[in-house]
Amino acid sequence: MSIRGKAYIAGIYEYPKREAADKSLAQLHGMFAKGALEDAGLTYSDVDAYYCAGDAPGLGGISMAEYMGLKLQHIDSTETGGSSYVAHIGHAAAAIAAGKCNVALITLAGKPKSTIKKGGLAMRGFGRGAPEAGFENVWGPSVVNMYGMAAMRHMHQYGTTSEQLAWIKVAASHHAQHNENAQLQNVVTVEDVLNSPMISEPLHRLDCCVITDGGGAMVVVSPEIAKTLDRQCVKVLGHGEAPKHLDGGRVDLTYTGAVWSGEKAFKEAKVKHEDIKYMSIYDSFTITVLETIEDLGFCEKGQGGKYVADGNLISGVGKIPFNTDGGGLCSNHPANRGGMTKVLEAVRQIRHEAHPKVQVADCDIALAHGTGGSIGTRMGSATVILGREDS
Amino acid sequence: MSEKKFKIPVPEINEETQHFWDATAEGKLLIKKCADCNEYHYYPRTICPFCMSDNTEWIQSTGKGTVYTYSVMRRSPVQYCIAYVTLEEGITMMTNLIDIDLDEIKIGMDVQVAFVDTGEGCALPYFTAA
Ligand SMILES: [Zn+2]
Repeated sequence: MSIRGKAYIAGIYEYPKREAADKSLAQLHGMFAKGALEDAGLTYSDVDAYYCAGDAPGLGGISMAEYMGLKLQHIDSTETGGSSYVAHIGHAAAAIAAGKCNVALITLAGKPKSTIKKGGLAMRGFGRGAPEAGFENVWGPSVVNMYGMAAMRHMHQYGTTSEQLAWIKVAASHHAQHNENAQLQNVVTVEDVLNSPMISEPLHRLDCCVITDGGGAMVVVSPEIAKTLDRQCVKVLGHGEAPKHLDGGRVDLTYTGAVWSGEKAFKEAKVKHEDIKYMSIYDSFTITVLETIEDLGFCEKGQGGKYVADGNLISGVGKIPFNTDGGGLCSNHPANRGGMTKVLEAVRQIRHEAHPKVQVADCDIALAHGTGGSIGTRMGSATVILGREDS
Repeated sequence: MSEKKFKIPVPEINEETQHFWDATAEGKLLIKKCADCNEYHYYPRTICPFCMSDNTEWIQSTGKGTVYTYSVMRRSPVQYCIAYVTLEEGITMMTNLIDIDLDEIKIGMDVQVAFVDTGEGCALPYFTAA
């Protein structure tokens, strides 16, 4: 059994704004759903499956089904943090392949930018009642110091440097200058990153992603539905997902769950690394990108620093460009969950609808990867490989 | 920096972890060892995560270990160091390093547990230079 070619992404939508204080959360989900369905040439009444994660208000998608007036025969509220929406594509494709549904809607929305307290860093709130809560919450874990510990260990073990990490932000900024919706549109240099304030060692402010309101949506359909649509549909070739955690105290922060999710996705898609023309890599922090690229097998473990340096991730410069919309590092990280926007830019690349300055020539196969939770503790990793009809 | 400058938090305790936290009040760092597969694990659970045996025992750790990794939070009213420490028994736990020069911390350095009373019937297992 495989989902290769069993489902297509028919419609996408990304909210162009980065602030949404004047909208309700349900309103945003509904607007984005409408946007993606209109892109596909479909309506609410065509939807028979709905997928959402913890950012959706109410009871696991039922509240949103009611809000949008959806009549459903399949529902999935898999919550793996920012990687949820990448996982949802695999789940939707499997459900479609099994005959459970034909048109699956996936939405993401949030407003952290307009609700965050000015000047305060959001502490990572491990839920009360989580088995690890008593052994972690007392130590002042934040989003940044968790990723900081992963970066510190990677540097120690493999000689990775802050300069190499900075190149990831530099590449993202080169792409973001062409995205009129990006939160940060200025090109930055390695020195700019290193000279930005230290947040939690070894991560500087510019090693971190942006905080934005907004979100987006996607519509995944069966091959039969795809054939009836005028819009170019993008084929789902493969998917993999895996949680990674602290393994009973056998802690290793130098790799991510991408070692498992990536291998599964490549195997299902029946493609090789050299077939990938574009990659969207989850970029909550620079270190997230570096470890993920290694774990997906684009270079040897520990060689990520050398791989990302000297502009190798920049479109038109390096081997495989990444995050040509500017990614979470510069453009958008809606609801603190970057998985959705990773897939959206991969779809644009395959449709040849990315900005002309960053469009990859003949982009027939692309990869999108999501990371949720924290690489400093426990995470959900999800990878999808997408292609043109002829791929 | 011999005195702590931030409020000592109180851990969330449940039925399964009460014994661990009771022991901290006596200055003991307890970890779990499986009597069937002989593996230590952390945080402590009733059932061994490596072999599913429920034959797990509380063992007092030596409280000695080395820094696996760390990160000093600089953008905070009180700068502090979060860390993972690998105990002599081989398992790694999250903690804070205290009473230590934040600029002198290194991966691999020897550390030992240093309990600080929460005032709520238990103490937190911080670590400091050995
Ligand atoms: Zn065991």
